[in-house]
Amino acid sequence: MEHAVEHTAGHAAGQQQHPIGIYLKVWGLLFVFSIFSYLVDYFHLHGLLRWSLILFFMVVKAGLIVAVFMHMKWERLALIYAILLPPIAILVLVGLMAAEGDYTFAMRGQFFGGP
Amino acid sequence: MTSVPDTHAASPSAGWQAIVTDWAADRETFKVPWGKAMMWIFLLSDTFIFSCFLTGYMTVRISTTQPWPNASEVFALTIGGQSIPLVLIAIMTFILISSSGTMAMAVNFGYRRDRVKTAALMAVTAALGATFVGMQAYEWTKLISEGVRPWGNPWGAPQFGSSFFMITGFHGLHVSVGVIYLLIVAYRVLRGRYEARGNYQIVEIAGLYWHFVDLVWVFIFALFYLW
Repeated sequence: MEHAVEHTAGHAAGQQQHPIGIYLKVWGLLFVFSIFSYLVDYFHLHGLLRWSLILFFMVVKAGLIVAVFMHMKWERLALIYAILLPPIAILVLVGLMAAEGDYTFAMRGQFFGGP
Repeated sequence: MTSVPDTHAASPSAGWQAIVTDWAADRETFKVPWGKAMMWIFLLSDTFIFSCFLTGYMTVRISTTQPWPNASEVFALTIGGQSIPLVLIAIMTFILISSSGTMAMAVNFGYRRDRVKTAALMAVTAALGATFVGMQAYEWTKLISEGVRPWGNPWGAPQFGSSFFMITGFHGLHVSVGVIYLLIVAYRVLRGRYEARGNYQIVEIAGLYWHFVDLVWVFIFALFYLW
């Protein structure tokens, strides 16, 4: 509710004005999540657990930075979608290159592999 | 500058209808100052550049037949006779997050028209950024002295060096440019240039760039150093 009021007020003036507290909270959360992702390495977690935890903390941190620090949460949908949808194309590239990488690896194993 | 006519007074403010009306002909699509929209579009293009670097790194790491050097050991530092894994990278991460925090506060104080606090917080942000670059220079020096080159290293897959120098180098360049950018804007804030115009948008736009640099580091930290 509080945000709705701020939103309209801030929008009328064309600027982003929010209480300092929310930045401090996000700052704290980013610290906590960074510590968690560091601990993933420190405790030598392996395999699927390690990768999923790393990706999870990465996405949460990225989301917090974009939503609150970069004020995306309070922008209009036209801007949000114009900026956040195009990077989805990158996932296609990642998928293609992962398949290509696996193929190259198999070929190298076949032709340059050891005994 | 701020006297943009309010053309969307009667249009819906949320949902798909808002998107359609915002993108419809003969209208302004982004109801934000042009500088902010342009910075977002620049950051989108930069997202693609960094994504291409990280995807390239993924490809060479998948396709190499040699073992990938263990980042946890490569970036370990010996402090007090004990080897602590990734400690320098962890400190760099906390420094960059803190600089993002101070930048967010600077934007806030800018809109409150507190010139001195805004400039001071931006100077702190720039100082933290410079510290980050300094630590990165130390890291590069350490790795180069240990024999890491773009074409090889003592521990395994030669692609490690090229990925490392390309990705962290490009990110470090962004941080360095950001430090200069922030110092210029902070100086102008202090001189009262934006006070005279009654418009502190530029601080938020500089902030967007700075948060993006932090954002990229989140991905590099997860995908290059931790993976």
